[in-house]
Amino acid sequence: MTALKQELKEALIDTLHLEDITPEEIEDAAPLFGDEGLGLDSIDALEIILILERNYGIRIEKPSEGKEIFYSIQTLADYISEHRKK
Amino acid sequence: MLSHPVYIERATASFQSAENGFVFAEPDYKVWIKNANMRRRMSRMVRMGVATGMECLDGITEPIDAILTATGYGCLTDTEIFMNSFLDTDEQQPSPSSFIQSTFNTIGAQLAILTDNHQYNNTYVHRGFSFESALADAISLLAEGDARKVLAGATDEMTPTLNTLLGRMGNWKHYAPGEGAAFFLLSSTPPEQTPAIIIQDIEMITGDYTKEELQHLADNFIAKHGIQTAKFISPDSYKCFCGEYPTSTSFALWMACKAPELFKTGLPIVICNSFLKNHSFILLRSTL
Amino acid sequence: MNVCITGIGCISGIGNDVEAHLQAFRQGKSGLGKVTLFPTNHHVPVSEVKLSNEGLKERLGLPSSKVYSRTSLLGLSAAHEALKDSGVTINSGLRIGLISSTSTGGMDVSENHYPTFRENPTKGHLRYFATHDAGDSTEKIADHLGITGMRTTISTACSSAANSLLLAARLIRQGILDVAIAGGTDALCKFTLNGFASLMILDNEPCRPFDNTRAGLNLGEGAGYVVLQSEATIKRKPYATLSGYANANDAYHQTASSAEGTGAFLAMKAALCRAGVSPSQVDYINGHGTGTPNNDASESTAINRLFEGNIPPFSSTKAFTGHTLGAAGGIEAVFSVLSIEYGILYPNLNFSTPMEENGMIPVLTYKEGEQIENVLSNSFGFGGNNTSLLFQRYKSTLC
Repeated sequence: MTALKQELKEALIDTLHLEDITPEEIEDAAPLFGDEGLGLDSIDALEIILILERNYGIRIEKPSEGKEIFYSIQTLADYISEHRKK
Repeated sequence: MLSHPVYIERATASFQSAENGFVFAEPDYKVWIKNANMRRRMSRMVRMGVATGMECLDGITEPIDAILTATGYGCLTDTEIFMNSFLDTDEQQPSPSSFIQSTFNTIGAQLAILTDNHQYNNTYVHRGFSFESALADAISLLAEGDARKVLAGATDEMTPTLNTLLGRMGNWKHYAPGEGAAFFLLSSTPPEQTPAIIIQDIEMITGDYTKEELQHLADNFIAKHGIQTAKFISPDSYKCFCGEYPTSTSFALWMACKAPELFKTGLPIVICNSFLKNHSFILLRSTL
Repeated sequence: MNVCITGIGCISGIGNDVEAHLQAFRQGKSGLGKVTLFPTNHHVPVSEVKLSNEGLKERLGLPSSKVYSRTSLLGLSAAHEALKDSGVTINSGLRIGLISSTSTGGMDVSENHYPTFRENPTKGHLRYFATHDAGDSTEKIADHLGITGMRTTISTACSSAANSLLLAARLIRQGILDVAIAGGTDALCKFTLNGFASLMILDNEPCRPFDNTRAGLNLGEGAGYVVLQSEATIKRKPYATLSGYANANDAYHQTASSAEGTGAFLAMKAALCRAGVSPSQVDYINGHGTGTPNNDASESTAINRLFEGNIPPFSSTKAFTGHTLGAAGGIEAVFSVLSIEYGILYPNLNFSTPMEENGMIPVLTYKEGEQIENVLSNSFGFGGNNTSLLFQRYKSTLC
């Protein structure tokens, strides 16, 4: 699980071009979206859907389905470990 | 013919003065685009345009009544990244970020968001008339009295693909490949600092013309304003600094603002350009 | 001074000229169908113009050997129709300009030849890349029509063509132009199909604008142009006047519209204000109504705010034509003008359930012969670019 979370943080930093942020600075439970968290938006959600599909074989049909899954690194990792196909 | 004079209150560009003229100088993106979350998704071209535009508005407290942007080719890097993303994945995983950023009006839109500006926002994309059209729109807005201050600017980027294709088309025979951003704060009233530069008129003509025919057209253009002699700024005299790109006249206008000695003779100035079949003249004078 | 509309022309998935569009509306015939223009893995409905590039060239009398983007060919068809309709002759001594718009430019050509270039940058015929830029279609149209005056291209995504009309009206009012051909053109291509797929806003079913179950848009292609003239130069009774126009920015997000519909509200309000028309005088709204959850929610909130519950008949024609992006404002300008000319209210196809939050019900059946004086047309694009145009029945101000 720790390895998966680290992997996710690195993928987010890389894909979303998060500047000057290291994986260590992203807290597992902190919200990814909105002003309190990393400040991600609806376009980032689409990019995360692509990460899930590409890296873990998970398909999400509608962005609205991702709302709770993408809340934090923790919720994302939980969902992936349960549903991953690769 | 545009009849209303427009004052250039401020000019910024992705260039700086150097010993023998001007050189390309990338803006400090972190200074001008402070919001990291907005900056991170921007390609180099978008950053270049947005940063130059933000610098032009730095410290301005009066409301900006319009944001006008121009580009000849648009955001080519993102266009190509997006094209590759659907070609490489057999249309399975096209990348949304690059698609969004490939849109021609991205720079104008980002400037509106960063400055919370709900006013008129338009983008011109027409070869050698892109920047000239944005200026003409600005002049029309200011003449109508709908606007008192307008931000207008242009951005074009050089990419390896464009460089190769235009090279194969023989475009670099006369000038080196170029790119850049330049923005102008335009006003219907004279600025406090003098001398100020006034954009008097713009002419856009399309067709195949010889050098002599173009000079004749330029003479006719100034004659309409009762001017017999003017200092003509030829493409050679500014493209040696900025290189060739569709909106290079934005650099030439910035250069004219940074080199007041050009106006020393008291003669009006005409910036001349030819890009493919598009030919333009921008008539300037100084309040000096 | 009145800015008069004296000529109209359009081409889209429901017809190749204005007359065919009227027939399609009367028959309730949508242009939506399968993608046939190119192979794709996206199995979604689209509204294609039912003519091949060769067919379009033949219709226009263009040489088959010369490279024209489909965007240019569609634009040429509609602009030619509009100019002919207006009766304006090019060599009449009037100052005539072309203000065109497109969001895809010649992408339909370059995307087919880019793979060859990508394999080997010394390969790939150059003429297939020379039509890539947005200005190319405008140059082709101006040259074909013989327009030697002002020509320019606007590209603000899905509001592009509406902004062309806006600029044209202002330049005519200011006496900079006597006549302007204004509108937009966009061809369906892999680039935009994949683009909207990447945003996950394509509906797999025919789109349902303003419906509670709406799930996205369907793409279309086409072109729509109008001829605008200063009243002093008209030779025929105009269809209508373009009395109000405004562009406002949502300044909220690069693609999403604000929940309050700030930009849409400001644009509609300012367009009415310029025309001197109160909300209660609007007889029909041709909405942007793409069918995406976000646009329709935001737009209907803005409409509600402006019309304070007294909402005039409104509908989206996108379930007929698909969303034609940079051409939409031009095509829908033609529809707005026809609405005044024939008293038409266009049905909003595929509507069944009102939106939960406001219960708004669009026009459901085709109506002709209504008394229509003022039509508001909305075009909203990426980058929060919102434009509203107010078309009005012509009343002479000449004495």
